[in-house]
Amino acid sequence: MMDRKTENSEYLEQASSPSAEAWEMFKRNHAAMAGLVILFVITIGSIFGPLIYPTDPFDMVWAPFSPPGEEGYLFGTDYLGRDLLAMVIHGARVSLVIGLSAAIVSIFIGVTIGALAGFYRGYIEEILMRVTEFFQVLPTLLFSMVIVALFGASLTMITIAIGIVSWTAVARITRSEFLRIRELEYVMASRASGVSNTKLMFGIILPNALPPIIVQSALMVGSAILFEAGLSFLGLTDPNVVSWGQIIGSNRQYILDASYTVTIPGIAIFVTVLAISLVGDGLNDALNPKLRAR
Amino acid sequence: MVDKLLEVKNLRVELQTKDGVVPVIDDLSFDLDYGESLSFVGESGCGKSMTALALMGLLPEKVGRIASGSIKFEGRQLANASSEDLRKIRGNEISMIFQEPMTSLNPVLSVGEQISEVLRLHQKMSVNSAWKRAEDLLDAVNIPDPKRRVHDYPFQMSGGQRQRVMIAMALACEPKILIADEPTTALDVTVQAQIFGLLKDLQTKTGTSIILITHDMGAVAQMARKMIVMYAGRPCEIGEVAQVIKTPQHPYTTGLISCVPHLDDAIIDANNRLSEIPGIVPSLREFGSNKCLFASRCKHQMEQCRAERPVLAQFSNKQAFACWKREIIDAG
Repeated sequence: MMDRKTENSEYLEQASSPSAEAWEMFKRNHAAMAGLVILFVITIGSIFGPLIYPTDPFDMVWAPFSPPGEEGYLFGTDYLGRDLLAMVIHGARVSLVIGLSAAIVSIFIGVTIGALAGFYRGYIEEILMRVTEFFQVLPTLLFSMVIVALFGASLTMITIAIGIVSWTAVARITRSEFLRIRELEYVMASRASGVSNTKLMFGIILPNALPPIIVQSALMVGSAILFEAGLSFLGLTDPNVVSWGQIIGSNRQYILDASYTVTIPGIAIFVTVLAISLVGDGLNDALNPKLRAR
Repeated sequence: MVDKLLEVKNLRVELQTKDGVVPVIDDLSFDLDYGESLSFVGESGCGKSMTALALMGLLPEKVGRIASGSIKFEGRQLANASSEDLRKIRGNEISMIFQEPMTSLNPVLSVGEQISEVLRLHQKMSVNSAWKRAEDLLDAVNIPDPKRRVHDYPFQMSGGQRQRVMIAMALACEPKILIADEPTTALDVTVQAQIFGLLKDLQTKTGTSIILITHDMGAVAQMARKMIVMYAGRPCEIGEVAQVIKTPQHPYTTGLISCVPHLDDAIIDANNRLSEIPGIVPSLREFGSNKCLFASRCKHQMEQCRAERPVLAQFSNKQAFACWKREIIDAG
């Protein structure tokens, strides 16, 4: 065991900023690091995979339902004889992009509404929180299906639809953090130094409210991927692009005859969402000072 | 006529509580000259901090308001001024340091960022020159190795250092008035002395007027020339510090002074105990009633004290106090 002095000086050297300190904590969490590595591999794969494995996922390359490994097709072929490996690789990009951008949309809406409600209080808060509750009680899948059905099943529309139905949790978290932080002394001190309301909200309070928002956002990427898979499964997707959910959806009738056509993209979704959850949990531990003190 | 730096007249601040509207500052008048220092003294809940917040236009939203009276800063009316106007004055011409240095700095920004922020906001300085100035300011408040410490985050500093950073921030724009709300209450005694020494030093260098809010009579004696003793939202004694401490007129002031142990005075009573003021500050419900609010704790109380509020009367020696029993105390 180190004596106190060296331990302390080492701590000061390592923790040069709150974010560096959080990264130190995160690195010590093996599960979260594993999640991060998996996520990194999947991301790199989705970016460079199509270059390394350029087979067009829409090409019918071989007889339908050829099991994995046969004829050099590692994942086999689907009901139209398309290369399943090519589909999974190309589909990763769409799934990840939709997951990420839907999460960004919902964070943008949620943080804006939560920040305004928590900062201004009064009737602004009343109105915004009633709106939030309205969106919270809507059946999310049905509502997003209605949006996609009405405005067309383009990737943009699907992203917006997922974003619109999933921002409420972020709004509530942001609001509660703002309610807590706006009463703290350094906010009063900033007010006393003449900082404007906009700057107070987004320059002073928001950075301090970020930890739980970051955690929620990470988990939201996972749930957005699942959501997209759900919509594609129901056929609400752009038929001209491959995504993991769409592979499952189009092969679902053959689940008993060729279970691998559904299982393989299912595993891809499972691993990705699991990795994101692990990272999210790691972030939670690293960023939550109460847990850190334990 | 030249305007005073700060002129407060018949200020009345009301708070909305569940028992109704309560005047937490009731008929307060004072003025402050350039380079002068003034001190507000009193127990917790007597309206000292409210006075500071009222001056800054930072009364709790929707709960507190300036009901009447005026606050004139260099001839400009601050009472009920627009929030835009107040924002330009805050931190620039009037700035404030708070009681709790441990929580008054933003934990996610380095101290350099926080100091230069104020400079960029009010002085429209560039990022680089503001950063340079932040280093100079840290040096001015005696933080060793300012070039390195400017990158530090608040959690890497001690309480005394943080309070120095607060002072650096408050003085960044060379304000005309610095309001210090119990600046040393949360600090060690030795650090307290250093902070007061620093404040005094900086005051002579910059010519800033200081409004010191405290319950520490020693700090008042060291820092201020004029003092206002507040009780339950009302000024009960106003005068030159040396004079008030030597010849306190109001029984509350007498009580406050005798609570502090003196090296050369025998203030210990027959039972060898340090004296105290019996009782507690009246509840907010009683604020604003037409009587002497100190009467219930006062050993000189009489019929009139419970029937009518004593007026603040000025005496020839410029000492003013609000008590009905003035002649008797004067004599005794």
